[in-house]
Amino acid sequence: MSNTELEPLKDPGLPAHAHRKADHDEVAAKRAERQVSILFLLSAAGTILFIYSYIWIAQDIYVYLPVIGTTNAHQLFLGLGLAFSLFFIGAGAVHWAKTLMPDQEVIAQRHEMRSSDEDRAGFIATVKENGASAGLGRRTLIKRTLGLSLGLVGLSPLLLLRDLGPLPSDDLTKTSWAEGVHLVTDPGNRRLRPEDLEIGAVAHVLPEMKHPEHRKLDDIAKDALLLIRIRPEEFRLDAEKLSWTYQGIIAFSKICSHMGCAVALYEQQTKHLLCPCHQSTFDVPTGAKVIFGPAARPLPQLAIKVNAEGFLVAAAPFNQPVGPSFWERRK
Amino acid sequence: MKPARERVAGSVANFVDERVGAAKFLKKNLNKVFPDHWSFMLGEIALYSFIILLLSGTFLTFWFVPSQEELIYNGSYVPLKGIQMSAAYASTLDISFDIRGGMLMRQVHHWAALLFLAAMVAHLMRVFFTGAFRKPRELNWILGVGLLTLGIVEGFLGYSLPDDLLSGTGIRIAEAILQAIPVVGTYAAFFAFGGAFPGLVFIPRIYTVHVLLIPGIILGLITVHLMLVWYQKHTQYPGPGRTEKNVVGYPLMPVYMAKAGGFFFIVFGVTAFLGAVASINPIWVFGPYTPTQISAGSQPDWYMGWLDGLVRMSPPLESYIFNHTISWNILIPGLIVPGIMFTGMALWPFIEAWATGDKREHNLLDRPRNAPTRTAVGVMSLTFTVVALINGGNDIIATHFSFTINQIMWATRISIFVLPPLSYVITKRICLALQRADRDLVLHGRETGRLVMLPHGEFVEIHEELSPEEAWTRTSHEQLAPIPAAGIDANGVRANGVLKDRIRARISKGILQEQIAKPTAKEKLELGDGHH
Ligand code: HEM
Ligand code: FES
Repeated sequence: MSNTELEPLKDPGLPAHAHRKADHDEVAAKRAERQVSILFLLSAAGTILFIYSYIWIAQDIYVYLPVIGTTNAHQLFLGLGLAFSLFFIGAGAVHWAKTLMPDQEVIAQRHEMRSSDEDRAGFIATVKENGASAGLGRRTLIKRTLGLSLGLVGLSPLLLLRDLGPLPSDDLTKTSWAEGVHLVTDPGNRRLRPEDLEIGAVAHVLPEMKHPEHRKLDDIAKDALLLIRIRPEEFRLDAEKLSWTYQGIIAFSKICSHMGCAVALYEQQTKHLLCPCHQSTFDVPTGAKVIFGPAARPLPQLAIKVNAEGFLVAAAPFNQPVGPSFWERRK
Repeated sequence: MKPARERVAGSVANFVDERVGAAKFLKKNLNKVFPDHWSFMLGEIALYSFIILLLSGTFLTFWFVPSQEELIYNGSYVPLKGIQMSAAYASTLDISFDIRGGMLMRQVHHWAALLFLAAMVAHLMRVFFTGAFRKPRELNWILGVGLLTLGIVEGFLGYSLPDDLLSGTGIRIAEAILQAIPVVGTYAAFFAFGGAFPGLVFIPRIYTVHVLLIPGIILGLITVHLMLVWYQKHTQYPGPGRTEKNVVGYPLMPVYMAKAGGFFFIVFGVTAFLGAVASINPIWVFGPYTPTQISAGSQPDWYMGWLDGLVRMSPPLESYIFNHTISWNILIPGLIVPGIMFTGMALWPFIEAWATGDKREHNLLDRPRNAPTRTAVGVMSLTFTVVALINGGNDIIATHFSFTINQIMWATRISIFVLPPLSYVITKRICLALQRADRDLVLHGRETGRLVMLPHGEFVEIHEELSPEEAWTRTSHEQLAPIPAAGIDANGVRANGVLKDRIRARISKGILQEQIAKPTAKEKLELGDGHH
């Protein structure tokens, strides 16, 4: 193929260097020098502001600034001092480089990363030679046992991690709820009677504990309930689930069946429970069926009843694990 | 006699040189040439914000107490007095309200973290769209992908440390992702948390990871990253006098040192300014973490937001096999899709080299328009991520623009499939249009808007010819021919080509055939001065 047809344009080469004013004009150079110095002085002023604010501005003074709003004066001026002291050092240095330092572009050559063929051959020869002198090729027994021990030694650090935590056991499937455990308010820790909940109301509930002050977050993370009262005839539940409710009061785990956030929002009008994390929406009358969002399962329902003294208690433990799914979870 | 200062400097230099022979090394490297372009500063910003994170983070460690032990708060933030909370949360309140400069450093730390991630992403985009990842720089690209991943994890762990309501919710979600991993997930979660969620050991553990392990690894990777840049020399944009074999720019000393050093202070100054005036992560507003509460409108930091958005839009899929649960609704958006994205990103240099058959070294950057397929793939991936990010803020958008969550969710669920391919096609068209515009400019010059009347009365616009420099910049790129399909001989007769080669030939055709031929010297000459 003749190449003249496709010949590209010519590279005109590096353009001639254009001089700046300060390069030949001493007055301009002096001006640039002054500008750089002023920037450095501004930085010094920033440091002084920083020191002043740290020592003399009290920590409880608030000032109002447009856009930002009310803000703490100590923190604001401390920060501005720091910002100025740093910024203007930088601005000075850059201005200096731009106006007074040589700005002539220079050309350096590159070399291909690949080593020359000689070097490569030499390298391979060295490796072979040195390897041979160590007897790597011949002493197969050493090679094999070394491989074995290196492989095994990697196991030790892995094993050392074993005590990071206990094996799962029934931690994920068990909660504190059992037959007869009282429902108490959270916060407040008061036992609840059905009359405490009007129709349309929702209560945040935990199982009663002898020493509520010792309640652990681990337990709360599994035990938390939502108690909701609607008109009994609005339920669309099978007979069993219906028997778990009490006069329109139904109890769900508050821990989202998706990824475990607190399902904290109840919309009274629509009777929907909403999880703010990923907006899974659960329909209360149908037993917290998922009607929107990524959750794949309804919130587990807790069977409740009223005991002899008229308090709401659990009628049975949860019949399934609460919270997000995990591998061992059965359908 | 020389002034004292010079004598001291001289003897120090002598001391060092006689022991390590530094002069030879420095003489060579102080003259090292660095090409200059604003987009080369993005990586620098990432480096500087990392240094700022080291400094401000070390300050925070002096007071931060990485413990989930519960205590009753009695500091100077009145609204929370007497409330039960973890030591981690209480100490973060102390840093914010009782340590002078503590609030400033917390906010500097958080702003620097956002900047660190943003600069890394921007830097990565620069490297991608200009083809700077091509041979010999593939390793540095992979290091970069590793740094970005570590940065995201590090940031997440960082804002999880204060143990406030927002961050505790984030940890809860992370735990659910761990737990969803088939077979080993439950064990992984129990090992990580020392038992069931939340336990008492997670904050101390991630503290060690946040202040030691990951920063250490990042520091090591950055060092290698920069050594490679140094050794392989920086890429440069095409232009007059610039070739694959040279590097045109300023010597390290003094210009580059002054500019880079100065720029570090500027970046630090800007983060300090943000820390001073712009409140970020006001943990006292959220309150301490408890599993039964949640703040509406919970939002992760932006670099996690796209993951959150993917999780939010995922369909409610779970399946059961042999009495085991597989949570596709968590696995797909939380692990599988991000895994594919990051693996694809890491492997891209090799995918591209394979598809174009171009295995040579490249030191001149591409103008994005001249690599339409790559540019289109980049824009497509970005579109995907941005749609996900938007859905991550769907509740905020819903309340601000009065849509329902439902509308936004469906809009993004459809968009995530439709918009990326669409943006691919559009980007490719735009690139080709720009190539065409380049060609026209080089051949016909720039429109000046000035009209002249020809002798016979016709009006024509005067076109100003491009300078040879401008023309060169627009034409110096090479246009590769597609790989010929293996097994097709010179007469075009198809032999039994290997399927792999045939596929590759097809792909390379798709990538390389659609180009607007750049003007040749001959074409330019023919139009000559006679054009108008
Ligand atoms: C490599 C990048 C790093 C990133 C992206 C990062 C990010 C973060 C973020 C977002 C926070 C939350 C801050 C808040 O709003 O309260 C945080 C907290 C913290 N970071 Fe870092 N960090 C980094 C490196 C470091 C290093 C190197 C140290 C220490 C040597 C450190 C020490 C801390 C401490 C003690 C806290 C908790 C104190 C507090 O939140 O006030 N960080 N980090
Ligand atoms: S955790 Fe409730 S929707 Fe995801």
